Amino acid sequence: MTVRVQREDFDTAAELERVAAGQTQIGAVVTFTGLVRDFADARNDTQSDARGVQRMTLEQYPGMTQRQLEAIVAEARRRWPLDDCLVIHRYGELLPGDRIVLVVTASAHRQAAFEASAFLVDWLKTRAPFWKLEEHGGQRRWVEAKASDDEAASRWNR
Amino acid sequence: MRVLYFALLRERVGMAEETVSPPTEVRTVADLVVWLRGRSEQHEAALANAAMVRVAVNQDYAQPSDAVRPGDEIAFFPPVTGG
Repeated sequence: MTVRVQREDFDTAAELERVAAGQTQIGAVVTFTGLVRDFADARNDTQSDARGVQRMTLEQYPGMTQRQLEAIVAEARRRWPLDDCLVIHRYGELLPGDRIVLVVTASAHRQAAFEASAFLVDWLKTRAPFWKLEEHGGQRRWVEAKASDDEAASRWNR
Repeated sequence: MRVLYFALLRERVGMAEETVSPPTEVRTVADLVVWLRGRSEQHEAALANAAMVRVAVNQDYAQPSDAVRPGDEIAFFPPVTGG
């Protein structure tokens, strides 16, 4: 089980290779990669204003981010029989197309791996202390939290 | 105690961090928010809208009724937008 919060990019194939290496009880590996989009979510803006994100800066809370991600991974392991689990989340300056986050879940069977992956992504979106600052057309804007993310995360409450 | 501000709240307060010594009657997160809001117009602008402020005490999410103590690390930030 690994959690890394880092500025630098990651190599998805190499990370994936490491997860399943030497663990022949693993039958399913699910990978989620989050990327920087070039359009912002339309909020009060018109659709045309919401396009054209040129750069994103991801701020984090050093220490708490690592701690919260580890707590989320621990919760996933309590709920599903995972053989391995990896979360890498980047921070700092990112460009459209850049990788932001990698979540890998491994289990004997696919259902646990799929569900744990969705759970981890939903929870890290609503609990991990990161904030996105988008720049487009010379303007900076803090991305606002979305109610749809809270709804997605709430389906795991029990 | 150490008070940290992140993202939009850091910009509104105009600083990332401050060390404060509130009076002893400041016992909870809610008390601390009221006290901090009185420190400056910038603090007031950052912390007035409770719906847009999340709080962590010693790097764990906290509720308004949770205790704050000298030596604690208290962080204020907007709802998170990672992933």
